[in-house]
Amino acid sequence: MVGYKFCEKLVTRSDRENYQIEVFGEEPSPAYDRVHLSEYFSEKGKDELLLAPKSWYKDHGIKLRTSSLISEINIKEKEVVTYKGEKISYDHLVLATGSSPFIPPIKGSEKAGVFVYRTTEDLDAIKTYAKKLQKSNKSKATVLGGGLLGLEAANAAKELGLETSVVEFAPRLMPRQLDEPSSNTLIRKIESLGIKILTNKATSEISGTDEIDALTFSDGSRHETDMLIISAGIRPRDELAKSGGLKTGERGGIFVNNKMETSAKNVYAIGEAALYNNAIYGLVAPGYNMAEVAVSQICGGDKTMAAHIDMSTQLKLIGTDVASFGDPFIENEEVSAITYENKQSGIYKRINVTLDGTKLLGGILVGDASDYQNLFQIYINAMKLPDNPEDLILGSRGGENTAMGSVTELPDTAQICSCEAISKGDICKPLEAGECCSMEDVVAKTKASTGCGGCKPMVTDLFNATMKSLGKEVKEVICEHFDFNRQELFDLVKINKVKDFDEALNLFGKGHGCEKCKPVLASIFASITMETANKQVTIQDSNDKFLANIQRNGTYSIVPRIPGGEITPDKLMTIGAVAKKFDLYTKITGGQRIDLFGAELHQLPEIWKELIDAGFESGHAYGKSLRTVKSCVGSTWCRFGMHESVSFAIQIEERYRGLRSPHKLKGGVSGCIRECAEARGKDFGIIAVESGWNLYVCGNGGATPKHAILLAEGLDDETTIKYLDRFLMYYIRTAAPLMRTAPWLEKLDGGIAHLKKVVVEDSLGIAEDLEKEMQSLITNYECEWKQAIEDPEMMKRFKHFVNSDEGDDNISYVPLRDQKMPKAWT
Amino acid sequence: MQELLAQYQSVTAPEVLKWVNVGKAKDFPENGGACIKYKNKQIAVFNFARESTWYACQNLCPHKLEMVLSRGMIGDKEGIPKVACPMHKKTFSLKDGNNLNGEDYKIAVYPVKIEAENVYIGFID
Repeated sequence: MVGYKFCEKLVTRSDRENYQIEVFGEEPSPAYDRVHLSEYFSEKGKDELLLAPKSWYKDHGIKLRTSSLISEINIKEKEVVTYKGEKISYDHLVLATGSSPFIPPIKGSEKAGVFVYRTTEDLDAIKTYAKKLQKSNKSKATVLGGGLLGLEAANAAKELGLETSVVEFAPRLMPRQLDEPSSNTLIRKIESLGIKILTNKATSEISGTDEIDALTFSDGSRHETDMLIISAGIRPRDELAKSGGLKTGERGGIFVNNKMETSAKNVYAIGEAALYNNAIYGLVAPGYNMAEVAVSQICGGDKTMAAHIDMSTQLKLIGTDVASFGDPFIENEEVSAITYENKQSGIYKRINVTLDGTKLLGGILVGDASDYQNLFQIYINAMKLPDNPEDLILGSRGGENTAMGSVTELPDTAQICSCEAISKGDICKPLEAGECCSMEDVVAKTKASTGCGGCKPMVTDLFNATMKSLGKEVKEVICEHFDFNRQELFDLVKINKVKDFDEALNLFGKGHGCEKCKPVLASIFASITMETANKQVTIQDSNDKFLANIQRNGTYSIVPRIPGGEITPDKLMTIGAVAKKFDLYTKITGGQRIDLFGAELHQLPEIWKELIDAGFESGHAYGKSLRTVKSCVGSTWCRFGMHESVSFAIQIEERYRGLRSPHKLKGGVSGCIRECAEARGKDFGIIAVESGWNLYVCGNGGATPKHAILLAEGLDDETTIKYLDRFLMYYIRTAAPLMRTAPWLEKLDGGIAHLKKVVVEDSLGIAEDLEKEMQSLITNYECEWKQAIEDPEMMKRFKHFVNSDEGDDNISYVPLRDQKMPKAWT
Repeated sequence: MQELLAQYQSVTAPEVLKWVNVGKAKDFPENGGACIKYKNKQIAVFNFARESTWYACQNLCPHKLEMVLSRGMIGDKEGIPKVACPMHKKTFSLKDGNNLNGEDYKIAVYPVKIEAENVYIGFID
């Protein structure tokens, strides 16, 4: 990582062409992100962990040689020798050899099932072994070492489905960062997630015949386990330097001065391999800093490493916030600690403050690290503390001002992004000079927030505050092509009877459009004239363009409409027969319908023809449009039902089918207050009560669940529909792109009271218009799949190649529980 | 997977050794794209009608290695013609193939010419 950073810093210099860069790496892949190594199991593939693809090196004129271990350096001849004996001369040599895991001298560590946690190869080996264990019904994994990396490893083991324990020699977890109460808080959190923690345990032996089966501790106790991952610290990889005659530390590490120079001329060492100030720094920020210093020195600059290296760190461990900064432990005659502990919510905070209350020297946060950035800034810039320093962790109680103050009060030198070493000045100055105008510009120019991302909220705050101080309003517009928001554009298109996207662009916009404004206009046209996605195909978003949902491997899924979730056995058999014929992965959706996955582009029309012949129509699962109206079985069968929820759900779903809106719309109808249709989790929910229907609006599930709020009660069928027409049309007219009803209501001036007035009392006098507009959309509905398959011109787009009838040969599948799934990205 | 990516290298008009007829101009939607096959390559072809220009690039999105770019929306970023991948909306310049979101991905681009209503793409293989 540090070696890559060195390259990155060097290639952006103006005197770049004076240097030829050659990179040697022992591993088969280019540098990857070890900080997020555990995500290799859960989310990311190897390519995504790469700091840059191989092509990056090529594009920047760097000769990259992977799988090329350097076995010797010869400082007299100024050359390095590869393991194959090839000699390469250098003018400057930078050693970024990193570290290797430390394996404590414990008897039995050579047994099968004992691993370290360092490279993706280690992770692959762990994964393979875990699978083997699970086949023979074994599942116990243990991590030796309760430091940062050990806990990451434990999480990875848990993700693999193993019953995981962590064994730590010290009396607490993360002994370098945490004190005892914070460690206890962390232990409680982690144990509640199913990972067992054993502290104060010195491992004396690893037992088992060939494969590990238990650990024995020095207190005589035994801990059974089928696998061991050792994470007991790192050792700098200095063997190359040592054999080459460079000065190294007694306990390892290549000796460097504050210019990153080793004992040999023109040889530098950076990162975890370097011994600076008699210490090894196992964090990425100081490593990046060293890379920058080395680049500067080699290019004749004068950057040096600071005498004191800050080891503050903030991270999420097993879903728990953990941060420590400055001196986390200091407490003496002049410094006292202020702590806050909440066992109920699993939060511990500690700040170390001078007795006179003027200076913050360090602290620890567990469970909630949202104050970290602010506290860290106060600490690193030695800023003045509030009158009651405890406000820093408790929040000010009573007063209006926040204890932290505002980002604008920070000095220009305050470091905001520690991964990239970006200061407040670096962010604000280009904005003030007009070189950057948007958040994207700032990120692209400075790279701030592109590392761990922890500083993103602060960068955003700084951006907004700076823009505001410059008197620049951050106007909400769709994109660079239209200086309007969605509501303004909706009105312009409607009033001027604009026909298509090109006309809108010529009249109200500039340039040629983009992936942001095109779908917004497509949605606006559909919401005004009910035109289908077949009319202006090239401005439709990915899914609408082919009337199906694009999936991971570029194939599509198909969801026929099943109004209210009611379906006859015959129709069910049709879906089954189609799925079988085209070999589609089949799954029931959350909206009481059936999703068929794995259809190739050219198969879509054929599949839809069969479905339409059997009486199905498009389910619009691909559109920002009405999806489903979910129902419970209602009074026709249910002994508690008060009204016919299924019939009403079908009526409503058929009324609004195909309706395009700023975001997807979901509805629900429940036959009694038991609410089996979960209608209050929908954009509109209708619940039967004694006196009729209660109408709830603006709920949703998803990332920010919201219960729908009561709009009107005791309604008959007709009034319910009338209010729904008005509500939906008002939302469609006024919401921002991709804004669902719940956030729309949150932003709506006057909130639910205002909405009630508009919909129920017609306070704006627009109710009749809204109803008319909705009626015209309903009258003009047409199934777009039926429309498409009946028109040969429209059918042309459902072909993978213009000049061949073949399909995409890049698609492959693997089996999954008697069905199939796309082969994973690698 | 690297081999798949390595198949696609940008070609400039002067380098072209072979102009391949890939279909009629009317078979390509205005201001949209479609895909053609040449040997084992998949090439996305865009009829940028607003500029009366045509562009071609690899159909393979370098982000997730799926053959999808021809299905993406086209447009411009500050005047640079671009295509947005339909998967995750990574955007690429149709002029030089550079990623426009500041990421290190890059796509190969190919020259296009129209003669007698026929579309030709220039290759060196």
